[in-house]
Parts: sequence; C-alpha cells; structure tokens
Amino acid sequence: MDTLGLVERALEQRLLHGWGRTSPSSAWVVTPRGDQDVVDAIRAAGERGVLARGLGRSYGDPAQNSGGVVIDMTALDRIHDIDDEHATVTADAGVSLDTLMRVLLPHGLWLPVLPGTRQVTVGGAIGSDIHGKAHHVAGSFGNHVRSFDLATADGEIRTLTPDGPDAELFWATLGGMGLTGIVLRATLDLDRVESAYFVVDTEQIDTLDDLMARQSVDDEKYVESVSWFDAVTTGKHLGRGILTRANHATLDQLPAKRRSDPLKFDAPQLLTMPDVFPPGMLNKLTGRAFSELWYRKSPTKLGAVQNITQFLHPLDMFGEWNRVYGPRGFLQYQFVVPFGAEDAIHESVRMIAHSGHVSGLNVLKRFGAANRAPLSFPTPGWTLTCDFPVKPGLHELCDRLDDLVLSAGGRLYLAKESRTSADVLHRMYPRIDEWRKTRAAVDPAGVFRSDLSRRLAL
Amino acid sequence: MIDAVGNPQSLLLFGGTSDIGLAVAARFAAARPLRVILAGRPGTRLTEAADRLRKSGCTVTELPFDARQPATHDEVVAKAFADGDVDVTLVAFGVLGDQETAWTDVNAARELAEVNYVGAVTVGVCVAERLRQQGHGALVALSSVAAERPRRSNFVYGSTKAGLDSFYTGLTEALRGSGVRVTVVRPGFVRTRMTEGLSAAPLSQTAEQVATVIVDAVRTGREQVWAPAPMRWVMSVLRHLPRPVFRKLPI
Repeated sequence: MDTLGLVERALEQRLLHGWGRTSPSSAWVVTPRGDQDVVDAIRAAGERGVLARGLGRSYGDPAQNSGGVVIDMTALDRIHDIDDEHATVTADAGVSLDTLMRVLLPHGLWLPVLPGTRQVTVGGAIGSDIHGKAHHVAGSFGNHVRSFDLATADGEIRTLTPDGPDAELFWATLGGMGLTGIVLRATLDLDRVESAYFVVDTEQIDTLDDLMARQSVDDEKYVESVSWFDAVTTGKHLGRGILTRANHATLDQLPAKRRSDPLKFDAPQLLTMPDVFPPGMLNKLTGRAFSELWYRKSPTKLGAVQNITQFLHPLDMFGEWNRVYGPRGFLQYQFVVPFGAEDAIHESVRMIAHSGHVSGLNVLKRFGAANRAPLSFPTPGWTLTCDFPVKPGLHELCDRLDDLVLSAGGRLYLAKESRTSADVLHRMYPRIDEWRKTRAAVDPAGVFRSDLSRRLAL
Repeated sequence: MIDAVGNPQSLLLFGGTSDIGLAVAARFAAARPLRVILAGRPGTRLTEAADRLRKSGCTVTELPFDARQPATHDEVVAKAFADGDVDVTLVAFGVLGDQETAWTDVNAARELAEVNYVGAVTVGVCVAERLRQQGHGALVALSSVAAERPRRSNFVYGSTKAGLDSFYTGLTEALRGSGVRVTVVRPGFVRTRMTEGLSAAPLSQTAEQVATVIVDAVRTGREQVWAPAPMRWVMSVLRHLPRPVFRKLPI
C-alpha cells in the first residue's frame, strides 16, 4: 500500500479478531509514532477506510477493518499530566486502564469507572462508553471525561468538551465505536481513595427473585455492586447467585499489616492460558460443576477486605483466558432492559438454562442514569451478561433473546455485539439517526469504518 | 460480513442455476437477510431462479457469466464485487458430459476440461484477488469424490475435478492469514438436474443435503468436507484398493 506514504516498516498486514476470536479479518496495521502519523493515515485513507484499535478487548468486530487501515493506538501510551489538586489525569488514548491505575494509586487517585478487565485503553473506553460495577452511582466512562482530542476525517485535531461548542461531536464519540474520528488523548476526572482495597459484603442467595430483590435494596450505599448468577442449574434454584457489593476501604478499616502500604497495587497475573483447548470444553457437565463450585465458594460474609483483583477483576489473573473456549471462539451476550421489565430477565435466564447452551460467567447488575451520548449503552434498568461458546443453535437462541430484549424496550451493547441484524440493532437505539447525522457532518465520506459498521450498517 | 455464528450477508453464486448453489442460498437466507448475485448464462432458468430467491426475501442480481469464456472472468468478477463486499462465493458450475464421448471426442473432452477446470481456475484467481483486497470472506468450490481416484466409468469428469480440487486446496494455503477461508467440498452422487436419468450410486445425496454440509462448513470454517461425511472413509478405502480389485467393483 504505497498510497499511504508512511514508512514501510510501520505498515503490516495482519489478521485481527476480537476477544471472542470469531470472524477474523485482515487489515493494514499502522504503528504510529505520534499524532502526525495518525493524521497522515487518515488523510491517505483508501476506499476501505481507517479505524483505531486498542487492546482488542471488545468481543466481536468493532476493532477490525477488513481490507482497510487499522491504527494500533497502543503505540501512543504517554501519561502527560497528573493533577493531584484537581484529581485529573491527561493520558494518550493508547494508555491502558491497568497502567493508569498503577500510576494513579500512589497519588491516592482512582478511576471512577472500571470494566471487568483493566486491559482496555482510554480510547477504547471512550469509543464504547464502557461501564463497570459502579454504574448505579458513578454512571459510565463518559461521565468522567473532561475533554479529549479527536483527529477527524478532514485531518484536523479538535479538542472536545461535554458542554463546549462541539458538544454534539463529543457525545457522538462516546459510545460511537470509533466511527467519528480517532481519540488521541483525554483528560479524565478521578476519585480520591485512601486505600487500594475494598470492604466487600457477599451474599449467597438461592433464587433469582431474591437475588434481584436484595440487589434492589441499599444498592446506592455501595460504590460497587454486581451479581453472579447460575444459568445452568434448572429447577427451583434457577438463577441463584452471589451478590457482591463493596466500598473503598478507608485506612482505619484495613488490617494492621496493610496499613503501612495501603495504596499498593495488588494485582497478580497467575498464568497465561496456552492456546491448546479443544472446542466443547465448556459443556453441560463442566458448566454444572463450575456453577456449583462458584456458588459454594462464596458463602454470605460481610465486611471482608479484598484487593483489586479479588474483587474487581478476577479474570485478569488469567492471561488470554478467551482461549479456554477453543478455536471456534465465543460470544458475549449483554443486554439491558428498563426497570419494570424484570419479567424479561426471568424469561431470559429460563431460556438460557433450558437452551442446552452453557454459560458459566453470568453477570446481573442494576444500571443508574444514562448520559447524553446517543449510542451509549447503559440506560436505567437491569443488565444481564452471559458468555456462550459458538456452536450450532446459538444463532437461534440469541435471535430469540433479541426478540425478548426488543419487546421489553431494551438494547444490546455494541462492544459485545457480534451477531445481531442491522434492523434489530437500529430499533434498539432510537437515537441512532441523531448520531448518524452528527457522524455524517464530521465524516461525510465515511473514512472511519469497521467490520462492525459494515455488518450493522451503522 | 460473516457474523460470529457464521451468517453471511451476501452470496455470489457461480453457476447461478445450480441446484446445490440455490439450496445454499435458501439456507443462509433463512437466518439473515441475504443479497445474492447469481452468475450464470442469461435465460429463463436464471431468471426463474432469481425470482424464487426474491420470493424468499433475498435481494437478487443476475450477472451474465459464461464459464467457457475465461478471458471475460476478470470483468464478471469485478461486476460481482461492485455493489459491496461478498461474504461467501460458491463455485458451483460444471458439466458431467458423456464419459464415452468425452474420452473419444476431442471437442467433448475439451469442453469438460474448459468448463470444469479452466473456468474454475480463472474464476478462482479473480475472486481470490478481490477477497484478499476485501480482507475477509469464504470461498467454496464444489469438487467431487470423483477427484479422489479415477474410475473407468467417469475419469474425464474425474480428472477435471481432480484439477479443481488441487487448485482450491492449494489456494486454501495461499490465502491463509489473509482473512479469506477456502473450502473444498467433495460430494458423492447427488440427485440433481446434472445427474438426471442416471441410476443413483450408494450414499447418494439430495442437493439440500449437500447444501447443509456446505453451510455448516462455512459456519465452522472447515477447509475440506465430504457429502455425506462417511464418504471420506469410503473413498479412503477405495483409494487404497489394488487396481485388479478396484477394476472389478461395479462403480
């Protein structure tokens, strides 16, 4: 691709896939050395367009641009400024939240929104407007973005703020899946913490009804709140689960031995999974055993002190854990339905448990208020997440779940999406036309493209 | 784009009236809205096939294509890709010919070789180039069990399919890492328009059964499939039989 006018070594054809390892496609990957390389790549875009990619943790195809150019933003990874007084940080889009946390903790500063893994970039967090276990009180990532620099299709770099003259573009970029431009760096608002530990209340609850009822009480008293539930065991324990809720531990809540180094980043990675797992590792039998163990290992216990990995990111202990699902990969199905549509949650859990498809890692959480971004996923209500290895019949199950979600007034999360139809997705996001208008104004030729945008006609 | 569970959004069918090809289109269309490009000889058969697919909800384009004119294939393929990405391409054209004429009549032999082998190779080269640029896609070629071991009863046809089979098997490797997956399908006897009037061989299949095998192969990314699957083991045995024994078999 000599049309790009970039140095030869910076361009490489690579097969890319999402975290679910489904639908790989190849693209020309650019490793930028600075803003100018990003702008050059945008200006030289061919007919298959340009896309930014971070750590590739979205499950489906949002960070792929088959046949086009993909800019590896992890090459731009400088932290520019940490402002202790105002509790803000300015960092390049390619900096991971893992790095940010490690750097910020000694300052007693904390990212208010952390997803289920720390291995995502700032740019990706903005593009997907990610959320975490704190959504019911803190909202999504976009609620804490003070400003960011966006390289747009015309080759300009604009600084955007939530309420500035380009506010529309700011909010269209949050959750905009990288299709409005390329975020170069961002300034984020931070929380202050006294320690890197959590005081965790764990409750083992043996029916779905009780699990949801318990989670609906006092949720706002905790900064983090989430349930795991059992989607394998049928019968009266269908949907039994573990509710874990926590607050940041203050200094005097820590055991004496941890008080000397309260801000220690305690997050080990135990092992990296080898790529040797055959398909079908997760089946009815192993699924049942896993669910039983997972349920039994967490008896009700209040006030336990846990570290970041134990409480927030247990899966980060295992590198490349997606390999366990085998070569055909897996998909994550995540939706939200409004409060009042609790029946849809019950029905979906029943459908999944009786489907023959096995999901071990299931999450149920209450979302708080939505923000102003037209494509932001979280809306007030219940969000449910399941992981399914790809196998015959999964298409039919997911289509039935789509119908259920749609009729309950809910929606799917684009960062997880990998198989729905364009029609269904558009009906789930009533403000999509507003977003498209903003996008068309800033990128009339459609320079920013992804496999996701092709598949779902975004 | 082909989604995570293997549903494509577009299908290019070379051999636009092929019973197997049309059955594949119908199966994919049952899962998701499908845009189909039917490349074949213009005529009522092609138009009827297009109409049937439209009735089942597909968006269909008819594209004039003559397997006997390899020089035109580049242009035909360019037109096929002009309206957007092609997720699945199925090379399903071919002629069976009359075996006794085929090995004694030079024109009949040439026709078989040109359609089944030369045409399949030129289409394969042109499509592979487009798919490489597009960075994704599935390319499926219909070979035959006849490609596995020449038999007295249909070796001219078998030789063309053996050539096609080798070409697409090699292409599978050449395109590895490009985002493009190639699948070689080896059906046994299929009861279609092409085999009308012939008596069915053991393990014979319908076009619909072969289509199911093809759809499954695209969804799982398999590179070589047999229809029906046990044919693999049957042919594996036949292939290793000594000639004096093989010769005496009624096949």
